[in-house]
Amino acid sequence: MLKIRVIPTLLHKGFGLVKGVRFDSLRAVGSPMQAVKVYNLRNVDELVFLDVTATAEGRGPDLELIDELADECFMPFAVGGGIRSVGDVRALLGVGADKVVIGTAALQRPEIVREAADRFGSQCVVVSVDTRDAEVWAQSGSVATGRDPVEVACELEALGAGEILLQSVDDDGVMNGYDVATVARVSAAVSIPVIASGGAGTFEHMAGVLRDGHASAVAAASMFHFTEQTPMEAKQYLAEQGFPVRV
Amino acid sequence: MSRPQRVAIVDYGMCNLDSVRRAFEEVGARPYVTDEPADLDAADRIVLPGVGAFPDAMQNLRARGLDEALAKQVLHEGAPFLGVCLGMQLMAAVGEEVAPTPGLEWVDARVVRFVATAADPRVPHVGWNEVSPVCESPLFDGIPAGADFYFVHSFHVACGSDTDVLATTPYCGGFTSAVQRGHAYGVQFHPEKSQRWGLQLLANFLAV
Repeated sequence: MLKIRVIPTLLHKGFGLVKGVRFDSLRAVGSPMQAVKVYNLRNVDELVFLDVTATAEGRGPDLELIDELADECFMPFAVGGGIRSVGDVRALLGVGADKVVIGTAALQRPEIVREAADRFGSQCVVVSVDTRDAEVWAQSGSVATGRDPVEVACELEALGAGEILLQSVDDDGVMNGYDVATVARVSAAVSIPVIASGGAGTFEHMAGVLRDGHASAVAAASMFHFTEQTPMEAKQYLAEQGFPVRV
Repeated sequence: MSRPQRVAIVDYGMCNLDSVRRAFEEVGARPYVTDEPADLDAADRIVLPGVGAFPDAMQNLRARGLDEALAKQVLHEGAPFLGVCLGMQLMAAVGEEVAPTPGLEWVDARVVRFVATAADPRVPHVGWNEVSPVCESPLFDGIPAGADFYFVHSFHVACGSDTDVLATTPYCGGFTSAVQRGHAYGVQFHPEKSQRWGLQLLANFLAV
């Protein structure tokens, strides 16, 4: 049986990892290499690495850094932030990313999703859909698009996206639980896996969005950075609740 | 101590090479990435990785003469071979992704898209799932039956004959997740991304 996944998210800015609240107020939380090595030792299901200031700073992915991190990653490694072209996708896959996470570019020019999927396969194209108040926002949650998450998710799925990273900006870093309603709406509308992100504070939150939101995977950052809770403990809890997990 | 195994990782422009190279280093081999048919002569083992679309992959292999070089080394010279993900699918006779395309034709199989079921409604098949060998094979030595490996794919190999099936995985009614024809192996999952059991499988491949 296919297992649900528990995915630590690493947010990168400049020279280190950060974590914020509602995509803002970023705090430094350590070095990316150290985090990758720890999560590799802890046998996590997958890692998501997002360079959260790349798009705002008008630069592409830091290929040298990704190359170094990927060398320590014997688990799936999804990388996003600053992807603007199929050339960026190719470069990231070339240095060891298993998947790319396309956000703002997929909203500004949705054809990038089709181009990447045609060339490299849907399985490596994750699209990030960031929402506030059930509306999609672009550029790290700073620009409203006026569009409905379900409509955007369906459009990107039709273009060839292989997975949706559905991030709630409002719940980010607050640790008060996922936006279960939006996850449920999007999960019901698409047939590709949906990764719920934003709001995890407890294992119960994860169980809730898996059960009621029908997410295929749960991502968390603050919960793993700022509390004692680990991905393995999360999976042990979820196994006790009857979810299929890899332990 | 015996010298490290030279593992040729075939580069045909479909990326995802670095993870495979790193994983073979980790299990003590001496991997090298090449897109030169002649470079396959020196290999003790050959690995065909890959992510991407089947037609592009076959076109790239043929354009570089790698299809013939692989057939020579694997089918005639007897070099042990491991196809990973798209690399496994290319061993098949025909791929149905985008448009029907002839593969390397080493295994009597077609590469078909998953048909979602009520129990497994989502395609691609992404995540960790069980791999159960259907027969004894050195490739799975020391790996528990039903161990979880990491998958990420929309298409899978459908064998014409059970004799090529090495392992199966329960998704969308069940599918062939590993094939074996002599010393040529293919795995649909990513051993280089499957942590402990993945590295064990690569180490096993170095010993077959």
